[in-house]
Amino acid sequence: MNSALGLAAWPGRGLVLSWRQIPARPTLRFLGALLVALAAFGVVLLLQGRNPLLVYASMISGTLGTPFGRSEVLVKSIPLVLCALAVALPARVGLVNVGGEGQLYTGAWLASGVALFLPDLPAWLLLPMMMLAGMAGGALWALVPALLRARGWMNEVISTLLLNYVAILLVQFFVFGPWKDPQSANFPQSRAFTPSAHLPTLLGDRVHIGIIFAVCAALVLLVVLRRTRWGFEMRAIGGNPEAARRAGIPISTYVVVGLLLGAALAGLAGATEVSSVQGRLRPTLSPGYGFIGFLVSWLAGHGPLSTIVMALLMAVLTASGDALQLAQKLPYASVDLLMALTLCVVLVQRGRKEQST
Amino acid sequence: MTLAVILAVAQGVLTGAFRSGTSILYAALGEVIVERTGVINLGLEGCMLVGACSGFIAAAGTGSAYVGLVAGAIAGSAFNLLLGYMVVTRRANQLASGLALQFLALGLTAIFGATFVQRRIDGLDTVQVPVLADLPLAGQAIFQGDILTLGLVPVSLVVWWLLFRTRWGLSLRTVGESRVVAFAAGLRPEWLQYQALMVGGLLGGIGGAHLSLSYARVWIEGMTAGRGFIAVALVIFATWHPLRVILGALLFGGAIALQLQLQARNAGVSPFLLDMLPYLLPLAVLLLARLWSRGTRQNQIPEGLFAVFEGTR
Repeated sequence: MNSALGLAAWPGRGLVLSWRQIPARPTLRFLGALLVALAAFGVVLLLQGRNPLLVYASMISGTLGTPFGRSEVLVKSIPLVLCALAVALPARVGLVNVGGEGQLYTGAWLASGVALFLPDLPAWLLLPMMMLAGMAGGALWALVPALLRARGWMNEVISTLLLNYVAILLVQFFVFGPWKDPQSANFPQSRAFTPSAHLPTLLGDRVHIGIIFAVCAALVLLVVLRRTRWGFEMRAIGGNPEAARRAGIPISTYVVVGLLLGAALAGLAGATEVSSVQGRLRPTLSPGYGFIGFLVSWLAGHGPLSTIVMALLMAVLTASGDALQLAQKLPYASVDLLMALTLCVVLVQRGRKEQST
Repeated sequence: MTLAVILAVAQGVLTGAFRSGTSILYAALGEVIVERTGVINLGLEGCMLVGACSGFIAAAGTGSAYVGLVAGAIAGSAFNLLLGYMVVTRRANQLASGLALQFLALGLTAIFGATFVQRRIDGLDTVQVPVLADLPLAGQAIFQGDILTLGLVPVSLVVWWLLFRTRWGLSLRTVGESRVVAFAAGLRPEWLQYQALMVGGLLGGIGGAHLSLSYARVWIEGMTAGRGFIAVALVIFATWHPLRVILGALLFGGAIALQLQLQARNAGVSPFLLDMLPYLLPLAVLLLARLWSRGTRQNQIPEGLFAVFEGTR
């Protein structure tokens, strides 16, 4: 496995986790990549007349330095873990799901529909229904790409990519049109959800129980991949589809189910966002969680545990985007550059490794 | 009355199809060249953004849109060298590398373009071919526009000629079919892939520059809005053939133009639903083309790309 942190390459004997199991070399290798990316980003900052060290200091102090910043990192890591798993799970059967952003939006859309049209339900019924609707919304958005891919008619990369744009337009259509809050003059958003449509919080009043969903999803995926026949067959398909086909593994079923389950996780991310951070449906609900999730999954080598670590790291960067925008007058998208640089360096490292073996 | 309206809409759509399709066409032509060597460039979206941004900055700095065009082309070409280093030299995963570079371009152009967001420039001049531009209905669409729109068909022919009638084109296609065979034939596969990426980047940069220098005449963060990805889809639709790319680009341009015409005439459909058209149309035509000729098209994919699509590399 090509995990940047090597976490996916932990000994397969048991699921007992200890720090000693983290392999030193891949970790050092990743830290090296991060340094290279930070240096390259520093050059861009210098060209813009900023002091890179001050910028980095403000990025860290603005996120990890305050209680609010730390909770912000945790809150942002929830959709990132889910969206990264939405890439990692299909990747195990050789699929590239680039539709996380769109699947997040359709998940948020259906979950909002439940919240808006069944506001009188008690929380214990409403919240599970919203989460299920979100997962259904995500899966729905991947249905056509999955079927087309399974039949060999169209590659999923193109179809999931283009459907991202359609999903965002769909949400815009609803918040500008049928679901528009009559009380918000020209501001596009739905009505605020009822209090029972808000996820309970843990650890203070910001981090919501979506964090449990995210961690559980990662752990379940880990166990399934390591300990079940499904995991074994998925690895077989990802490793050598032809051999898997000859061994009688139903590849099409795995392709469809894998992509749908992955997309359902991205949809769940959308549902948790609208029922916690947002509290209503807005067209700006995601600062690109789906795309950042893609970077996270590739950085993590599609390993469930390293995905959590990488998601936390990228959540720091995502959260520091606000600091960059406010304190340094840099556009929010600057952090995209830093994240993309990191992935580029990691991919280049890995390319050499694969070639030499 | 109604006939006059229909004619006006048709002419508007046709003219708009050429105007809106131009950026896609250049980008897709570049992608044809790149993919013919067995490399898929999902970073094309980023390449276009880099072309649009640097073209705009150069045009705003020098006051000449033509300088901007050259700058956009060079920047697009240079940007593609990054992909070359990643996937050709270091053999990194092509799909992930392309998407990472697209993301990189998004951030890079947002930073460097930030101070140019409010700027205005003189865009590319509208020129027309005498006599021919006065032809009814289609004359204006084909023979009047900026130099890039006028060059739509000629440039496609040049790319076709390069790919199918020159030794260089044959070498490129050989590399795309089999690097091993190409190497055995005395070619240098990696150098040829770099060449294709540079030419493809040139065209991708021009496509992006058309957006900022002529189509919109402003710089907006992320202004390509998925056009690079649509171009990649159209290349598959065109089965890696430069002349069929024209058809794809015009279809896409027509979808945008139709949507604008309907909006302008208050067709009563939400603009958000109409905006979906340019993204759904490439998927629809790709699917239809696939169903139309089952099996026969499969053979036209460059062999080297097949491995990429199967997910091994």
